[in-house]
Amino acid sequence: MALLEIDRLQTHFGTPDGVVRAVEGVSFNIEEGETVAVVGESGCGKSVTAMSILGLVPQPPARIAGAIRFAGRNLLDLPESEMRKLRGNDIGMIFQEPMSSLNPVLMVGRQIGETLRLHQRLSRRAAESRAIELLDLVGIPEARRRVREYPYQLSGGMRQRVMIAIALACNPRLLIADEPTTALDVTIQAQILDLMRDLKHRLGSAIMLITHDLGVVAEMAERVVVMYAGRKVEEAAAGDIFANPQHPYTRGLLGAVPKLGCSLEHSERSTLAEIPGLVPSLRKPIVGCAFAGRCPKATQLCRELAPAVEEKAPHHQVACHFAERKFPT
Amino acid sequence: MTTPQDVAVADALPALFPTVRQRGRIAIFIRRHPTIVVGGAFLLALLLIAVFAPWLGTVDPTALAPARRTRPPSAQYWFGTDMLGRDVYSRVLFGTRVSLFVGFSVAILASTIGLLIGIIAGFVRPLDTILMRVMDGLMAIPGILLAIALMALTRGSVANVIIAISVSQIPQVARLVRSGVLTLREQPYVEAAIASGTRLPKILWLHVVPNALAPLAVQATFICAAAMITEATLSFLGAGTPPSIPSWGNIMAEGRAIWQVKPYIVFFPAIFLTITVLAVNMLGDGMRDALDPRLAKSI
Repeated sequence: MALLEIDRLQTHFGTPDGVVRAVEGVSFNIEEGETVAVVGESGCGKSVTAMSILGLVPQPPARIAGAIRFAGRNLLDLPESEMRKLRGNDIGMIFQEPMSSLNPVLMVGRQIGETLRLHQRLSRRAAESRAIELLDLVGIPEARRRVREYPYQLSGGMRQRVMIAIALACNPRLLIADEPTTALDVTIQAQILDLMRDLKHRLGSAIMLITHDLGVVAEMAERVVVMYAGRKVEEAAAGDIFANPQHPYTRGLLGAVPKLGCSLEHSERSTLAEIPGLVPSLRKPIVGCAFAGRCPKATQLCRELAPAVEEKAPHHQVACHFAERKFPT
Repeated sequence: MTTPQDVAVADALPALFPTVRQRGRIAIFIRRHPTIVVGGAFLLALLLIAVFAPWLGTVDPTALAPARRTRPPSAQYWFGTDMLGRDVYSRVLFGTRVSLFVGFSVAILASTIGLLIGIIAGFVRPLDTILMRVMDGLMAIPGILLAIALMALTRGSVANVIIAISVSQIPQVARLVRSGVLTLREQPYVEAAIASGTRLPKILWLHVVPNALAPLAVQATFICAAAMITEATLSFLGAGTPPSIPSWGNIMAEGRAIWQVKPYIVFFPAIFLTITVLAVNMLGDGMRDALDPRLAKSI
């Protein structure tokens, strides 16, 4: 049994202008201790999927269907009080904006300690000494002094380290990192990714890494789920995705990554590929393949019938009518 | 090892600031926030006057002496005596107690209740419309009229004055807090707190209230000043503190009839009221500048 099983998850938002189908039938699993990257462009439903797992999508206006099984329990059926025990304790979350994810009027030690006091019933004193250990763990020098500092006294990278410390405070079995490095500059990004990899080996948490940065995926992930317009279009081992992308959207994404040292002027081969067209509106039901409007290979079949997510090669699922089947015979 | 000819030595650069001696924390605070210091000093002095009124050369402020009425200021009666022969100096000093007590009480009461209403309105969406329309309704009536109307319903006492003035001040606090809460509830750290399983009361206490407190503290000082003026006005109109208790408004009301011939009866309480309100407002201004540097302006 996988640690997290997402089964045909649908998250729709009722708005005055109609229903927005933010997540439309997404299924994937995360095994204990595994790092799974969820990639896709902005608005493809990555963050909403994460929020749905934590039960942070307010219902109403949203409606959620399908199943999210964490360690065998369907989170969608759990009452709010049980979910509260789960959040921060079994499932930790790292947010996108380290600059504003800390309360400016509380000392960072207190903010790390709150989670501990909440879930592990530690005393104030014990929570503070554990906070110092955690700051040490995430590589903040002079942790003893830093716990008594306020967020404005820390740089962006340090704040993200504090956020990681908060997320890891209770040794969660699953860590959801929603674009943890997007707001940071490249050198700090590398440090934070190193830190996350290191901590994963030490603590053994599974990580669901939400990102649109394929460089981060290559660095971190074991498995990749590619999302488009609220749907899963491809899922495979990370190496497989880069070496052998099957879905035209995945290929487009990979083609749109600039390569270091290539010249835009002289060599045609190194020109950045773009994916023409726009993401379809999520307000209308999409008939056929969601990517059909932008796909170079799309045919009448694609526009009329939505492809199922099928295993086209061992451990490689693709939702495309034209993906080749490749099974070793 | 390089020979001295090979070494390029950097020019010594001049210091752009003369070296200053290290100032103490207090000196720095005074330099940075002169309004807080001046306002605070005046307020402290008035507070001491209020507390130690009986030992500052005063006599019983309610003792009548018809034989010595309307005496001008002299060595014996520093501020003169009123129409009933009561010592104006004693009455003004004891009046400080009423003014400051009313001012502080209203500031605390109105802030506390306004904070509660503002938080409820900001967090509980269904109640928002109802609460804020009630607040709008209260705000539509001028504060002084509302206070007079409330006083007309009850007996004149200091407690009733405090309640009446508080009711007219609560809506502004509630609006201020609500607008703060509406932005605070969308803050990523509130979302992060929810994501780590924190309960709503704890989120309010730990993440919302402390961040809403700075503007509230500033507003509270202005309420304090407004409350003192309103109290004096109510007493002046005869709708406030009962005449048996000396308050600045009462003294002025009693001196009003003869102010053209004996102006000092009105003059002294008026000066005290002016200085007190000025001091509180300076304190509030200074606090606003100190707490919210974006609004800071130098005087």
